[in-house]
Amino acid sequence: MFLLRRAWANLRNEILVLPSRTLVLAWALALALLPLVWPDPYVLRIVTMTCLFATFAASWDLLAGFAGQVNFGHALFFGAGAYASALLSHHGGISPWITVCAGAAVATLLGLATGLLCRRLRGSYLSLATLALPLIATGLLFAFPDFSGGELGISGLKRLAASATGNYYIAAAAMLASVFGMWLISDSNFGLVLHAIRDDEVAARASGINTARYKLAVFALSALFAGVAGALYAHFLRVAGPSTLEVALSFQVVIWGIFGGAATIYGPVAAVFLLYPFTEWLGSFQSLSDLRLLIFAAVVLAVLLFMPRGITPWLRDKIETQCPRCKQRNAAWRALCRLCNAPLGLRDGCDLGRYNPR
Amino acid sequence: MLQDILVTGLINGGVYALLAVGFSLVFGVARIVNIAHTAFYMLAAYCFYALLVHAGLAVASAAAAAVLAVTALSVLCYKLVIEPVREHEAAVLIATIALALIFQELMQVAFGGNFLGIPATISGVVSLAGVNIPYQRLLILVVAAAMLAATWAILYRTRLGLAIRATANDLEVASLLGMNVHRVAMACVAISVALAAIAGVVVAPVFVVDPRMWLAPLVTMLAIVVLGGLGSLKGSLIGALILGYVEAITVFALPAGAYLKGAVALTIMIVVLLARPEGLFGVAFEEER
Repeated sequence: MFLLRRAWANLRNEILVLPSRTLVLAWALALALLPLVWPDPYVLRIVTMTCLFATFAASWDLLAGFAGQVNFGHALFFGAGAYASALLSHHGGISPWITVCAGAAVATLLGLATGLLCRRLRGSYLSLATLALPLIATGLLFAFPDFSGGELGISGLKRLAASATGNYYIAAAAMLASVFGMWLISDSNFGLVLHAIRDDEVAARASGINTARYKLAVFALSALFAGVAGALYAHFLRVAGPSTLEVALSFQVVIWGIFGGAATIYGPVAAVFLLYPFTEWLGSFQSLSDLRLLIFAAVVLAVLLFMPRGITPWLRDKIETQCPRCKQRNAAWRALCRLCNAPLGLRDGCDLGRYNPR
Repeated sequence: MLQDILVTGLINGGVYALLAVGFSLVFGVARIVNIAHTAFYMLAAYCFYALLVHAGLAVASAAAAAVLAVTALSVLCYKLVIEPVREHEAAVLIATIALALIFQELMQVAFGGNFLGIPATISGVVSLAGVNIPYQRLLILVVAAAMLAATWAILYRTRLGLAIRATANDLEVASLLGMNVHRVAMACVAISVALAAIAGVVVAPVFVVDPRMWLAPLVTMLAIVVLGGLGSLKGSLIGALILGYVEAITVFALPAGAYLKGAVALTIMIVVLLARPEGLFGVAFEEER
């Protein structure tokens, strides 16, 4: 009873006071209830894919948005997870639960290797060099078609659960757990160091932070989550093909990340949940399916012209304000700060959110 | 085989040099990583195809019209899409990606996803050191050399070139000295896309034209630019020749070379970056703040 009351108090005082947190709660509840309310296999399939891509996009944000290591080859980790898991379960016949973990481990190792490789690179050099990595991997896979399945990839993998609902819950739970985990990481001291590295690496180093070690760690962490998404993706679609390493996928994740708002974690997730079902929905019209990518790109471009920082920072500025005195966030309709009672009418300096990339 | 490698490498290198020099120019002056650069190359190839095959224009006028149209389009895109979000680096980046996707899909809708061939614009073969080189391929080399020389002349022999180099060197100081840096950036975009468009037009009769033809050269071009040092034109030129030859050698000398051609070229780029993080001719990083 005590715990229940404490939970209720937490809910009321920490979550429901802020519209953005309320939205997140509503979204998580909707995800949990979806198969009960709308058990259409097609819808479930799309939302499952959305969940996997959301994990992937959030992992890119951890690396690019927070640490400023703008990775153009993030598909490498996704593909590594997918291929490692698929190869193990195809050649070794191991249960998919184990191979997913193994896939994530392989992706993490690759993340470490990439981090080591890119230790001395900075800015655009890093972006363009990492773009090459998944392509090198694709070239290697194509050169040994007997082992990797060549252009067709490895098909006929086992699913994690037999039913569509089961698969959906696995993907949704994995997504919620990893996104919440990444959000916690980004909100901890570790995340603070990452902000420092992005904004001014020299100053961070001068303050006694071993930036090289932090960058390695964030590469590994980001690759871990991307690898989980990739491995689950391979087992959900029952095929791991070269499309998981494509340049298009790497670019797609950059679009999601920046469209949603960099350095937020929830931004890319929101972007995937808006854009992926939107493109699928467009594809369901016979006449529009050819124009799908065109409309997608045009929408991204148009939205970007109005909200160059991404949609979630824009939305958050609309529904919340920052207290000028204690820097706490408040719902936009409050007149006084919920903590220190300072008047919120003055908007001087409030336009800069707490997370202000660049 | 050696002669094949020598000639193919030189021709590949010429095409890559046209693309990479233009990309470097825009990066150096405006700090834009223009992912849509090779999409303009694709657009020019399509434009040339449409004018030549469907509209039935003469070769020279079709080529000139294609280059002009694509250059005008690029300036328009810069004004409408890139300039409003210039101060948000990330937004510029995905704006160029989105533009590239839009061009790809537009061409897909307009011409279908098939490979289109353009009839040879000049016939005949010249024999050089025992290899037969069609005039068509020789034309690529000649045009590439001429255009690179013209770019050099613009940059080092005109007032505009002086302004471009000054802006690339230090944007604020150039602006303080009264140069219109916005117009300089626009001129750079125009020059760079014109180079890409010329590459697209001369390459079209040799390669096939399809909506996804921008991806492979994009990756190689980015590798070249990084290899040579971002923003360094000399580096781009030499990088283009290096990777052109590397690709030719892999294709001709390795088994499964056609699959590995990209991988080997990119591995070389990474090895160079490991030894010299600023590329061959790049300036060492000043610790930016």
